[in-house]
Amino acid sequence: MADVLNSTAMIAIEDAPAGRKPRRAVSRRNVVVYGLLLLAAFYYILPLYVMIVTSLKGMPEIRLGNIFSPPVEITFEPWVKAWAQACTGLNCDGLSRGFWNSVLITVPSVLVSIVVASVNGYALANWRFKGSDAFFTILIVGAFIPYQVMLYPMVIILRTIGIYGTLTGLIVVHTVFGMPILTLLFRNYFTSLPEELFKAARVDGAGFWGIYFHIMLPMAIPIMVVAMILQVTGIWNDFLFGVVFTKPDYYPMTVQLNNIVNSVQGVKEYNVNMAATILTGAVPLAVYFLSGRYFVRGIAAGAVKG
Amino acid sequence: MNSSVNIKNLSLDFGAVNVLKSLDLDIRDGEFLVLLGSSGCGKSTLLNCIAGLLEPTEGQIFIKGRNVTWEEPKDRGIGMVFQSYALYPQMTVEKNLSFGLRIAKMPQAEIDKRVARAAEILQIQPLLKRKPSELSGGQRQRVAIGRALVRDVDVFLFDEPLSNLDAKLRAELRVELKRLHQSLKNTMIYVTHDQIEALTLADRIAIMKNGLIQQLDNPDTIYNTPKNLFVAGFIGSPSMNFLRGKLVANEGALAVETHGVRFGLGGYRAGREMNPGQEVVLGVRPEHIRVNEDVRAGDEVHEAVVDIEEPMGADNLLWLKHAGHTLSVRVNGARRFKPGTKVKLAFDMGLASLFDAASEERI
Ligand SMILES: Nc1ncnc2c1ncn2[C@@H]1O[C@H](COP(=O)(O)OP(=O)(O)OP(=O)(O)O)[C@@H](O)[C@H]1O
Ligand SMILES: [Mg+2]
Repeated sequence: MADVLNSTAMIAIEDAPAGRKPRRAVSRRNVVVYGLLLLAAFYYILPLYVMIVTSLKGMPEIRLGNIFSPPVEITFEPWVKAWAQACTGLNCDGLSRGFWNSVLITVPSVLVSIVVASVNGYALANWRFKGSDAFFTILIVGAFIPYQVMLYPMVIILRTIGIYGTLTGLIVVHTVFGMPILTLLFRNYFTSLPEELFKAARVDGAGFWGIYFHIMLPMAIPIMVVAMILQVTGIWNDFLFGVVFTKPDYYPMTVQLNNIVNSVQGVKEYNVNMAATILTGAVPLAVYFLSGRYFVRGIAAGAVKG
Repeated sequence: MNSSVNIKNLSLDFGAVNVLKSLDLDIRDGEFLVLLGSSGCGKSTLLNCIAGLLEPTEGQIFIKGRNVTWEEPKDRGIGMVFQSYALYPQMTVEKNLSFGLRIAKMPQAEIDKRVARAAEILQIQPLLKRKPSELSGGQRQRVAIGRALVRDVDVFLFDEPLSNLDAKLRAELRVELKRLHQSLKNTMIYVTHDQIEALTLADRIAIMKNGLIQQLDNPDTIYNTPKNLFVAGFIGSPSMNFLRGKLVANEGALAVETHGVRFGLGGYRAGREMNPGQEVVLGVRPEHIRVNEDVRAGDEVHEAVVDIEEPMGADNLLWLKHAGHTLSVRVNGARRFKPGTKVKLAFDMGLASLFDAASEERI
């Protein structure tokens, strides 16, 4: 009797749940979640698909009107044309000029604005000076004033200095307008780092720049990446400042894209337009793909804690 | 003895909040001074002032006889260890230790020598190539101490260095710190709110409250003859028993009358005049109350009832009900009492404390 009792007890224990909890692959919850995710992905992918497909077709095939069908005969002609031959007004050297203009605008603007803003943010976070709070408030207000309000005054200022209509002028504008939000970003990041780290470095004898370069900068990599992505995409995608502050010779890629796509002469070459658009978007896209992981990490680091 | 750190009339305000109030403190050369006080009383603020990380609103700070009130932290000859360790996360232990020396442009050979020596003293040689994130809490704190050690400072400042560690490690490092102090003989100023740390480490303890030092004395004096009611209640766990009452004349001597019971003050060494009718607080530590067979001939005996018993291993803590008070009494852990039993008790008046109820000062 006792034996029987014992053995049933043993079986019961062995049969009891153990280890990883089994999950059904297809539950109603999963179906809904994955279904929605797929739908959203499809919704976002579709325009890109149409663009790529169209850019690889010749004009006769496009005129058939079936925009979703894959190209029967793949041609890279439209891409070459978009890059090197498309006309805007009298210029017929394609998007390439706009691309190099955008590079010349974006690289210095991003570098200068990040360098200045990180020092600003560091000073505001760690070296509280007389009036630093007032300075910070002004900066925040600056971040929320609509750009349009400042366009005309900016034009006057640039003209007075003598750099209106030049690449330098546009670089200055981008640097200045990026400053409030970037400084805010860096300041909040540096404030989130433990204050005792800063104190320890001061006791160790490091000064303003010593602490900045040896302690703060190495810890600021995640937020640097965030700032870089924000600036690269923001400046690359800018249209308004490009039109307002430069001349046709210095138009950035976005403005040139617009001029190509909206040119009134001749037939609309949809394939060339699509290729041009993809080319213009390629840089921000690449930036996201290459550093997206850091972007998410940096945002989280800034939001929660270092 | 020479003075190592001398603070004169130091005040510090954060905006409208007056955190340090004209504080004076003279710390001797080679002394281990503990700043003890409850949270928010200004201990860290005082330490930061000494380090030069905060600017005092008023007053002066001298280190080794030199007025350093306006000097940079690095020029004061101090090293500081923080509660959160504050190690530079991107640097290896070795780089953490040598950071200050590299900033000071010391020759590499000398840097290597000092790092090696500090690593040996703190037994962290095997960790030199690691990053702080790869260390345990205790190891991190050792590195933080090492950072002060390599700089050969006159004064070590510790701001609750052990409070992020678990109890066992804390006890270990406490002993190590004491050993370190005995071999280095540097002046050390140590902030804590743990009274065990204070009592075990300190040459002298400064008890702080609301930005003022209440008492500065060696641990024995602080424990046995607290200067006022706050100090008496702050030090000791469980806290001193306080009996509020009135002084009355009793058979030619004075006694404290409370809830109709009289405790004769024979044996109490008063430092001040006592007058019948004065409102007072009588303070007796739990281990200075004798129970049952400990009661000696000639003792003034009172009766009480055991309310609760808390055995704590070596000790047994009794909570007794007596004429409207609850008294905590510490007896040997081997002695057990059933709740509800009647016991005899007597106060050791020679070790008791008496405070004026109005001024809260010791009588
Ligand atoms: N930067 C600051 N601005 C305003 N008030 C402050 C600032 N730093 C500290 N205080 C205030 O000063 C008082 C003393 O702070 P302090 O950090 O010296 O306390 P503490 O004794 O070290 O406490 P704890 O044991 O919690 O560390 C507190 O009331 C605190 O609120
Ligand atoms: Mg503190």
